[in-house]
Amino acid sequence: MSEASRIGDTLLEVKNISLSFGGVKALTDISFDIKEGEVRAIIGPNGAGKSSMLNVISGFYHPQEGEVWFRGEKRGALKPYQVARQGVARTFQNIALFKGMSTLDNLMTGRITQMKTNMFWQAIWKGPAEREEIEHRERVEHIIDFLGIQAIRKTPVGRLPYGMQKRVELGRALAAEAKLLLLDEPMAGMNMEEKEDMSRFILDVNDEFGTTITLIEHDIGVVMDLSDRVVVLDYGCKLADGTPDIVRNDQAVIDAYLGVSHD
Amino acid sequence: MANQTDTFPKLLIKNAERFKHKAAIREKDFGIWQSWTWSQMRDEIFTLANGMAALGFKRGDKMAIVGRNRPRLYWGMCAAQCLGGIPVPVYQDSVADEMQYVLEHSEVSFVLAEDQEQVDKMLEIHESCPAMQHVIYDDPRGMRDYEEGHLHDFEKLQQLGREFAKENPDYLMQEINKGKGEDIGIFLYTSGTTGKPKGVVMTNDNIIITAQNSVKFDNLSKDEEIVSYLPMAWVGDHIFSYAQAYVTGFCVNCPESEATVATDLREIGPTYYFAPPRVFEGILTTVTIRMLDAGKLKQKMFNYFMKVAKKTGVAMLDGKEVSGKERFLYWLGNILVYAPLKNTMGFSRIRLAYTAGEAIGPEIFDFFRSLGINIKQLYGQTEAAVFITMQPDGEIYADTVGIPAPGVEVKVNDNGEVMYRSPGVFHSYYKNEASTNETKDEEGFVYTGDAGYFADNGHLKIIDRAKDVGKFSDGSMFAPKYIENKLKFFPHIKEVVALGDGKDYCTAFINIDLEAVGNWAERNNVPYASYQELAGNEHVYQMMLESIDEVNKDLSTDSLMSKSQIHRFLILHKELDPDDGELTRTGKVRRRIVNEKYEVLIDALYNGAKDCYINTEVAFEDGRKGSIEATLKISDAKTFEPNVKEAS
Repeated sequence: MSEASRIGDTLLEVKNISLSFGGVKALTDISFDIKEGEVRAIIGPNGAGKSSMLNVISGFYHPQEGEVWFRGEKRGALKPYQVARQGVARTFQNIALFKGMSTLDNLMTGRITQMKTNMFWQAIWKGPAEREEIEHRERVEHIIDFLGIQAIRKTPVGRLPYGMQKRVELGRALAAEAKLLLLDEPMAGMNMEEKEDMSRFILDVNDEFGTTITLIEHDIGVVMDLSDRVVVLDYGCKLADGTPDIVRNDQAVIDAYLGVSHD
Repeated sequence: MANQTDTFPKLLIKNAERFKHKAAIREKDFGIWQSWTWSQMRDEIFTLANGMAALGFKRGDKMAIVGRNRPRLYWGMCAAQCLGGIPVPVYQDSVADEMQYVLEHSEVSFVLAEDQEQVDKMLEIHESCPAMQHVIYDDPRGMRDYEEGHLHDFEKLQQLGREFAKENPDYLMQEINKGKGEDIGIFLYTSGTTGKPKGVVMTNDNIIITAQNSVKFDNLSKDEEIVSYLPMAWVGDHIFSYAQAYVTGFCVNCPESEATVATDLREIGPTYYFAPPRVFEGILTTVTIRMLDAGKLKQKMFNYFMKVAKKTGVAMLDGKEVSGKERFLYWLGNILVYAPLKNTMGFSRIRLAYTAGEAIGPEIFDFFRSLGINIKQLYGQTEAAVFITMQPDGEIYADTVGIPAPGVEVKVNDNGEVMYRSPGVFHSYYKNEASTNETKDEEGFVYTGDAGYFADNGHLKIIDRAKDVGKFSDGSMFAPKYIENKLKFFPHIKEVVALGDGKDYCTAFINIDLEAVGNWAERNNVPYASYQELAGNEHVYQMMLESIDEVNKDLSTDSLMSKSQIHRFLILHKELDPDDGELTRTGKVRRRIVNEKYEVLIDALYNGAKDCYINTEVAFEDGRKGSIEATLKISDAKTFEPNVKEAS
């Protein structure tokens, strides 16, 4: 595999991020970068600040200190939907789909940031809005095909098994055609087979669409196999950063995961 | 003037003129039924054939077709035939090893594969199949980094074909015109119930004449719609989705994926439908389960009108007299129950449905017929290009398989084995003259290997595979399939293997139907985590015992079969699976393998043990191996004194 050609320049960089909620310091002086086309993992024990970091990147939290640079430009304090428009999509740790809506409709919501026609045309429906919807539907159908979820196209999401819902959520994030895809524990609560499927999809997304992926995951085996580089957080601080091999052999990481004896 | 309809490419040209703007094939893709007319299909096939010619595919070459029913794979068949080559469809869910045997044996030089999954298998066996030169794939997904030189994208190959056609504009037509009816048209590999699959060599005449006869028999027209979802390697699909479509010009619809067949069926509403009995059983099981979930009123309506249908529907379908009141009730039932039910099943427009391959339960058969669905049985095999006997309209019986199909002579020899001779009789087994001579006698009659007889009404009745019919130690007849079928007609029993040849009494292995029994468990608060756990459940054993009681009671009234009552049985800890070699790819039990693999269990069934430990190796879908161990309970069943009723 041609690693070098797949991974490009820096896509997103966080510089000296510190985030606190009142007196609780969630993140302290964290810096790392995400390169275009890579699979980047954020790992760490519970409460390490992984999800907070992801929320900073997705624009949901605004750090008290530090800067987020996206595609070479410093990002101001944007609303999450503005960040989404810039090309950052995410999935959630707890599935956040519209349970009563079908798979297809859920995926279509992923296209909202791309829809251009205004409310007036949407209300009239015939004409530009209809043409636009057909276009979006076609994109969504490609994603359905890609994820192999044709059989559940019309099934309400709430009736699907957990692993399938996770897949639909990935599909919705894909529908947004993001440059950067943030996956918050995409494999939590899955069995072995579902994990294998999901890993396959993550690699395929990265490979086929060239999407940059940042993921949080607890299954270290999966993380080490999937990602190009791993950043390790612990108690809101950066512990290590580098290729899976480097991280795996880092004493500080081993201590954080396995604990150190207090003698 | 040469015969214009003796090969498939010639039929294609004719249809492209006759039915220029009529849909020939559809596939649901990206949520929409994409369709191609006969003339579009001709162009697609011709460009593909030109592309293959550019790669060096020539007369007599073989091309394997590996994948599920998709337009491009069907086109591949015809494209190979355009160039005088021979398509070899392969069961797509076979693991690489199984495919290797067929591809090696048939010496294919080209492969047309559906997707990455199949291409990976081809790459795996490439080394051991020296004849294999080129692999063409339909769906390029996931193969961006594949750099092997012998892989070709379907569309790029067609591009190559267009260039080739520019330089050699007449080549293709010349090749098509060289084709003759007596040329070898296709290799169809048997599923291999007893051993290695055999390559059945068929001429174009075999297939086309048989298709023409059957089309006449059932008045099939260009307006039929069918959904093709059965394996392309199976002779039935080749006849229904390919030969009959080319002969009549009807439209073949390919489902979106295996998982969407039911939805796609409903959207298309086929007029002509074929399914093995297990599919009809599956539909009935689903309907029954879903009715249990329905409201009280709906349940009452369903039960009442199904009773009406049972009384009236079959009679009406056979054209018998029914009273005005019955007719009215049936009309009402149709509005309230039958029509919506048929719509859900995708059978609203159905004109003709066939089932074959195994015996079908009389209840299942009657259920569909009472709804006004003209489901009929036929008896056939690969070597006959399907048709041996068929049921004509109005003469439908659940326990017979009909009268000889048009152009077919059928006889029963002195050993009770059914034999036939027809235009569809196969050319030979590929590279296996000994088997060819064993199966076909000098007069051209073929041994079916099935024991049967003609009933008084002139219809053929099949008892069992001739070689499976054995004897108990006291010399009375043991016909395992007869017993198995009786049990399999219960919705909660999926598969049965009856044992007893050379033994004192009959015993059985049972596979429960996970859907039906799982639903029962849910309803009765029986927790379970796996098939194995459910199979070992005390209540499930009780349920099986009740079914066996019923079967034993029934057998006790049959003078020939009263000895065959099941004395002991066990529920297997795993489902019999083609991946483990226990079933063929078409779902038939491989008795020899089951007997070998479960020898300890068979011993336990006959030595009076109460339970038995077994460790079984299982293969997963990706070819990896694992093992399951279990201690199985063996249960005794109640048997009945023979009580033979006269003339029953």
